[in-house]
Amino acid sequence: MTAVITLPASLDEPNFESVIEQLAAVPDDAKVLVDARHCRFATPYGLTALLCLAQSRLEKPDFAPPEEESTASYWARASFFKYAEELYTMRGPVPKPRATGATDVLLEVTPVAKNEDVHAIVTRIQEKATQILTSTLDLEPRATMGFSMTLSEACSNIIEHAGRGGWVMVQRYNWSKRRVGRDVVQIAVNDAGVGFRRSLETSRARALADRWDDAIALESGVMNAVSRLSDPGRGQGLKGIRGWVHRFDGKLTVRSGKARIAPIIPDWDDDVPRQDDLPNFPGTQLQVIIPKRVVHA
Amino acid sequence: MTHIDVQSALAESLSMPYHDLVTRRTGAAVRTFIEHQLSGLADGSVAFLDFSRIGVLDRSCADEFVAKLMLPLTVEHPSRDGYVVLHGLSDGHLDSIEQVLHAHGLALVVQFPDGIAHLVGAVTDVERRLWQIVMVSGRVGVDGLAAETGLAIDEALALLDSLARRRLVRRDHDCYCPLGTAA
Repeated sequence: MTAVITLPASLDEPNFESVIEQLAAVPDDAKVLVDARHCRFATPYGLTALLCLAQSRLEKPDFAPPEEESTASYWARASFFKYAEELYTMRGPVPKPRATGATDVLLEVTPVAKNEDVHAIVTRIQEKATQILTSTLDLEPRATMGFSMTLSEACSNIIEHAGRGGWVMVQRYNWSKRRVGRDVVQIAVNDAGVGFRRSLETSRARALADRWDDAIALESGVMNAVSRLSDPGRGQGLKGIRGWVHRFDGKLTVRSGKARIAPIIPDWDDDVPRQDDLPNFPGTQLQVIIPKRVVHA
Repeated sequence: MTHIDVQSALAESLSMPYHDLVTRRTGAAVRTFIEHQLSGLADGSVAFLDFSRIGVLDRSCADEFVAKLMLPLTVEHPSRDGYVVLHGLSDGHLDSIEQVLHAHGLALVVQFPDGIAHLVGAVTDVERRLWQIVMVSGRVGVDGLAAETGLAIDEALALLDSLARRRLVRRDHDCYCPLGTAA
């Protein structure tokens, strides 16, 4: 019997939790159909997490694409179907990506599995995004290097620690009607690998901890720069990401297993620093939001 | 002095025309390539690593390349007597390098665009002051340095020997010299 997982109309980081909740009720080896027919909007986090969902299933899942033409067309332009067609059995027509002029997709859904992928991602983001980051977000040239570093460090973590390939995507949004009131760029770097808890199982933090769960592992790795390797130079990547996101008034969230932390919550957003006992989702899902810089007179 | 173009080392070590130093694997490949180049230099040589054609340098790569290049040179009895000066760094490069140097308790001499050398990394105020006096003096003995700083001779000697062991100045018999000057 096939379990139907219904996507919300708006598939972003908070709303993906409803997808994970539905999955939690389904055995790992059960057949699932992911129903995106009524989905109208998806962020980089939503699209890359859908690919992780398929990777995490023992049986190849089915996928019903969005019925709304503009939604399906955007997902095609974002290269979602290029990879989804390999991981899902499509139950409905999928549009071919059509070249368009200006686009807010700064980096289409891109696989992260090997060293060369990270080089290609950093090259591509510099070619495509530098002008947008400096002109639209008013970031200094130095900040654009931090942007590329954030991408490279987050993608490197997949290669070094996840034990399975993941996905990255970057998109610009006009959030003038939201509380932040300005343009933002969203980065999502998601994988369905071993996650923080298992990755840090051999770390000193684990040996010293009275209790060991996903939340403690996340805090050890993200907040305290703990690595599974004892080398003092390890753990620098996430520390650098935190520093850069904080410096540019951004927001960082990381979910792994049954926990989610928001180590950087800016004034323009509401969130909780830590959530425990969420339904399990494999791997690590990282999202960064960087708003347009406010220039004070 | 030997000039090493880091971008050429990057491209040759990975056989790809890359300009960005990202990922640990890349850092390890470039370090191995440059270690091989350094091993062919005479003892006491100063190598100028030129980053001017490098785009992004992330911290993981900086740790694997720069910090791990320096660690074997700064042990009590290094297997090779060589010095490294960094050149052509952007602010972004400097950010990454400073962080990884601090993580390992290392420091490096960096030549800034104005041609002036600076100490970057884990150094105390008094170590920095002594190093600056050596830079200005060109070649100076411990007595002169102790007198100029007001430190006891034993204390000044210990600090100078530490700077020499960390490859930030060069010891030549009883004197201390900046990197890049004739001994």
